[in-house]
Amino acid sequence: MPSTVALSVARYRPEQESEPTFQTYEIPFRKDWVVLDALNYVKDTMDGSLSYRWSCRMGVCGSCGMKVNGTPKLTCATFLSEHMPGPIRIEPLDNFPVVRDLVVDLTDFVRKLKQVKPWIVRKEEKPLAEGEYLQTPAELEAYKQFSMCINCMLCYSACPIYGLEPSFIGPAAIALAQRYNLDSRDQGASERLKLMSEDDGIWQCTFVGECTEVCPKHVDPAGAIQQYKLSGATQWVKSLLLPWGTR
Amino acid sequence: MGYTVKADPHYTLYHPRWYRRRMSVWWWLHNRAYAFFVLREITSVFVAFTALLYLWQIRALIQGPQAYEQFLARLKTPLFLTLDTVAFLFVLFHAITWFNLTPKAMVVRMGGKRVPDWAIIGVNYAAWIVLSGAVAFLLLRG
Repeated sequence: MPSTVALSVARYRPEQESEPTFQTYEIPFRKDWVVLDALNYVKDTMDGSLSYRWSCRMGVCGSCGMKVNGTPKLTCATFLSEHMPGPIRIEPLDNFPVVRDLVVDLTDFVRKLKQVKPWIVRKEEKPLAEGEYLQTPAELEAYKQFSMCINCMLCYSACPIYGLEPSFIGPAAIALAQRYNLDSRDQGASERLKLMSEDDGIWQCTFVGECTEVCPKHVDPAGAIQQYKLSGATQWVKSLLLPWGTR
Repeated sequence: MGYTVKADPHYTLYHPRWYRRRMSVWWWLHNRAYAFFVLREITSVFVAFTALLYLWQIRALIQGPQAYEQFLARLKTPLFLTLDTVAFLFVLFHAITWFNLTPKAMVVRMGGKRVPDWAIIGVNYAAWIVLSGAVAFLLLRG
């Protein structure tokens, strides 16, 4: 293995340039370094002006998502050695406005996430005295996979539908809606379905499937959306055949 | 100030300096998975073509033996032979990828456990083979 590697990093400094450019940093190659370590090395020793987000460096916080050689990745979980001999191209996530260098603005997602009501909706809360809502291991299993989402936005970056139709609610938000729909304690599925059946909901998805490919937590948002479509369509047929049977 | 704040991803009023990339028309050539996806979307044209061909066949059948002979003769022209071959390949591609995607949408639980993907795909293929066999039997019997 060579002793150094070139990082080609997208820079965008709005006060001095109108569109992003690439800057190359030659850094020492260490096989135990992930891309985030390399960026930290650049920021600490070579160029303190480089901007990017990170926090936990262990695949939990979901803030260090960037494109590494064209693919959306958590930079804390992507080893330099996977991309040797380089140069390694590091860019901000696609489909979001770039604030600076590798930092993108996620306001749009946060707004959409709130719309899908990612919390347990109850028609009526039971009194505290009756205790907690109990759940069997099988009931937990039904939604657990979808609850692993860390909002890292790699799926939005990989989704061409979101790129073409920015009003699309998008993979992570729909997977999280499905996470609550499948929760035995939740009663908000019909409220969520109303939003999801609209133009920007589940039917925008054409099942490209890349959201699932890039997901670092194996949430499978593409699966969640297709399952949502199936249950939505079933619900619709039921309401057509038995108008008195559904609410 | 008379501004209204719109929650729109393309809203730029207070952030004129954010850089917004526009998606290229050729986005689907940027990676193999996207190209594969677009190819799969295109199969719908050939599925529609095949369906139209069947409708045309039924119409010829209704119009009588002579019209049907004419229809069959037209199918044997090089143009239709090529079109049919291409359409067949695309429809096959469509069917296979469709079957392989079914476990994503269908979560079947039996005895508290999720039925594995290969079993759901297998049931689809089995149904395909059985139905094709039944059609072949009906056609070739006499």
